[in-house]
Amino acid sequence: MLHAAAAEAGKGLPQIESGMPEPAGTGLTRRSLLLRGAGLALAVYGTKLALPALDQGIAAAPAPDRVLVSVFLDGGLDVMSLLAPTGDPRYRKLRPNLALKASETLPFSEDQRLRWHPAAANLAQLHREGKVTVFPAMGYSGPDQSHFTSRHFYEIGEVKVGAGTGWLGRYLDVTGTPDNPMQGLSLEKALSPTLATATNPVAALSSVGGYELSSPAGEPVKAELFNSFERMGALPAASAGLRQLRDATTQTAQLRRELPALETTGDGGYPGSPMAARLRLLTEYLDLGLPIRVASLTGSGGYDTHAGQAPTLKGNIQSTSDAIFAFQRDLERRGIADRVLIHVWSEFGRRPAENGSAGTDHGAAGIGLVIGSRASGKMAGEFPGLDRLDRLGNLRHTSDFRGLYCGLLEQWFDQDPEPIVPGASAFKRPQVVW
Amino acid sequence: MGLRGAVHSLTRPTGKARLSGPTPVDQNGLAIAPADAAGHDHLWWLDRMVRSDQQLVERMALIFHDWFATLGPKVANQRLMLDQSNLFRGNCFGSFLTLFTRVTVNPAMLITLDGQKNRRGRPNENYAREMMELFSLGARRGYTEGDVRQMARALTGWTNRYSDQLGVYDFHFEPKLHDFGRKVVFGKAGKWGWRDAPRLCVQNPKHPSFFVKKLWSYFVSRPPKKATRQRLERIYRKSGWKIRPVVEAILLSPEFYEDDPMVKPPAVYLASMLRARRRGIDTTAWVRLCERAGQRLFNPPDVAGWDDSHWLDTARMQARWEMTNAVIRPAVAALARPYPPTETTGVAVEKAIASWNNPDLEQGELDEMADFAERTAALANQPGEYSNFRRLRQAGLQQLVGVSSGMVMM
Repeated sequence: MLHAAAAEAGKGLPQIESGMPEPAGTGLTRRSLLLRGAGLALAVYGTKLALPALDQGIAAAPAPDRVLVSVFLDGGLDVMSLLAPTGDPRYRKLRPNLALKASETLPFSEDQRLRWHPAAANLAQLHREGKVTVFPAMGYSGPDQSHFTSRHFYEIGEVKVGAGTGWLGRYLDVTGTPDNPMQGLSLEKALSPTLATATNPVAALSSVGGYELSSPAGEPVKAELFNSFERMGALPAASAGLRQLRDATTQTAQLRRELPALETTGDGGYPGSPMAARLRLLTEYLDLGLPIRVASLTGSGGYDTHAGQAPTLKGNIQSTSDAIFAFQRDLERRGIADRVLIHVWSEFGRRPAENGSAGTDHGAAGIGLVIGSRASGKMAGEFPGLDRLDRLGNLRHTSDFRGLYCGLLEQWFDQDPEPIVPGASAFKRPQVVW
Repeated sequence: MGLRGAVHSLTRPTGKARLSGPTPVDQNGLAIAPADAAGHDHLWWLDRMVRSDQQLVERMALIFHDWFATLGPKVANQRLMLDQSNLFRGNCFGSFLTLFTRVTVNPAMLITLDGQKNRRGRPNENYAREMMELFSLGARRGYTEGDVRQMARALTGWTNRYSDQLGVYDFHFEPKLHDFGRKVVFGKAGKWGWRDAPRLCVQNPKHPSFFVKKLWSYFVSRPPKKATRQRLERIYRKSGWKIRPVVEAILLSPEFYEDDPMVKPPAVYLASMLRARRRGIDTTAWVRLCERAGQRLFNPPDVAGWDDSHWLDTARMQARWEMTNAVIRPAVAALARPYPPTETTGVAVEKAIASWNNPDLEQGELDEMADFAERTAALANQPGEYSNFRRLRQAGLQQLVGVSSGMVMM
């Protein structure tokens, strides 16, 4: 409650503690917008424009020919499980209980030492098709092992605490428009700090489908009841807390009044996970031509596997991998796969040496994946090997996440990264797309 | 009794809490089974919030549940979660060090942050890190990565037994699993063990400011003024890390009374509604509704607890509306038939507010209630409809008061 002001963008994050960086976007104003045609309610961040202007802005914006989807794996994915270094002589020593057997894993053609986790069969398939660019050791110098701090660095595209905008938010500030909040879309109720902007509006999906409230009285009293409820939302608010109540009241009443249900039929080839459902929705919106330039969502499950890692991780890798695969295939079927690139990231990797509880503690270098029909499909940076760990026993990074961001900006968006990634010229660019 | 007396009556309860009113049951009238039935743990706590005569103890237990957030689904044993909740009740006004030490080896916490898997030669750092980052110092404050590792070694040795019949049981310290070697934590060398770990954190110079700011944030929306914060830190240090003197100082500080209203956490909101209406726990519907409103007790979103600055969005507000609707349903069904056909606007509004035990509403809200009452009365076309419309109007008014600032805010 110390930070009650309006830390809207950080809503998906836990309450901020002393020393924890405030998530980018903290303090952005938030309003709701309804796209009736798409059956979609949006929370719109960072604009003072009236809603009709935004409605028009969205209708007038062209469908971008390049879209980037940011997928965050929350908790620190164990890269040594996703791409198991079964060919590294130290692997079994460091992972006596957790090491995967080569025989149960799938080949990774770009480095004979590494093998895909069996649950990532669909990612391995896309990789065989040349649609996955793998960064086997992504990170930065001076790795921080707090979830909240390291995640913040990746979100803002900088190794420092306290930036107010996300790296993709800054891209939208430079290239976006002041009246199209769909240009940056969080496929979740809260805005991802990665998308937090300073000047242009962005949005989070606040609701899809029907939205109803019960009434203790039937019509015609019911209609008056909801009128009064909505009017209570318009009352003045002398404090931040009361402002929250008024805004939530207004938005709730409006949603009830105006939101039709979005109809989708069949499973469309998607598995039954929330992540898959969100990606499916995104495909529909992209196909409808909605002006989305960057989108973000969280992958299936949590990756903070301190104990009993194997079964948890297996399920989560499977679910995330299958959702991404279904998304890619759907894009291909619709003929829009050349427009979309997926970036998969996590705040850090895990300690190479397993702990005493069949799990792994926080480490340093982690995973980066770029997936799509236009991905270069060429591994960037190498697997550093397990014989040269850093002084804390963690995997060294061989590519810097800021270099990847520069590569994406230059090669995918034709955008000079200099105004977006601080110190851009210092980072080596991997080849991300062809 | 004056302000001080009033505060002391909250912070210095004597003896066991008395629970008065109907005992908790499900919708079929059967007694709840807190340790066994899914969701009944939530109802058990909600019931205490509704019926206990030691209200601040329940609030403090909720604060420490948030502070030392422990994840029910991972613990997968409701009895252990209830035990931990009682640990908070029993230690909420005493020494923070005592509380912290007990939490460190509390079975539910051991499971949540893998403390029972942390052993000599193969440390698990999960608890060691969060005990500093989330529980006592704050991220990047007063400790290094080296301290995390050394602390993990100090904490080794706790374990439990398991049987198919009992599940996890017999949580205990086992010397042969403990690393008795020398550790250096915060620059201090010693053969530290689990009792030393929380003490070292509490003695860290960065701890008092963390403690005071965090505790303050549960009671006052605006951060404390520097002088106030320093005064509270002094009280805390001098008392030997006692919680009660700091709570009392917060509740007696002018900033507490001048503060803006805060949104009640969903469980507190529901409990306050049930208390206002003298309704006990009589349905399991509250579990799902609280969850939708953003607060399933014993299941915080992660080890950092709930985000108290964001209790309201369209999904959560919808859940609060439904909660209100469910709370008033029996009373609405019991409204007199025929209802007084000539009840005036003023009486109708007054009655609706009284049904919630007379909360303070903003003037704008009162005006809107009166307007609603006028508009709905005018919907009746002929005298034969007066009674029915006034009854429905009363139902609508009670709903509106339930989602007004008078009930939602504290």
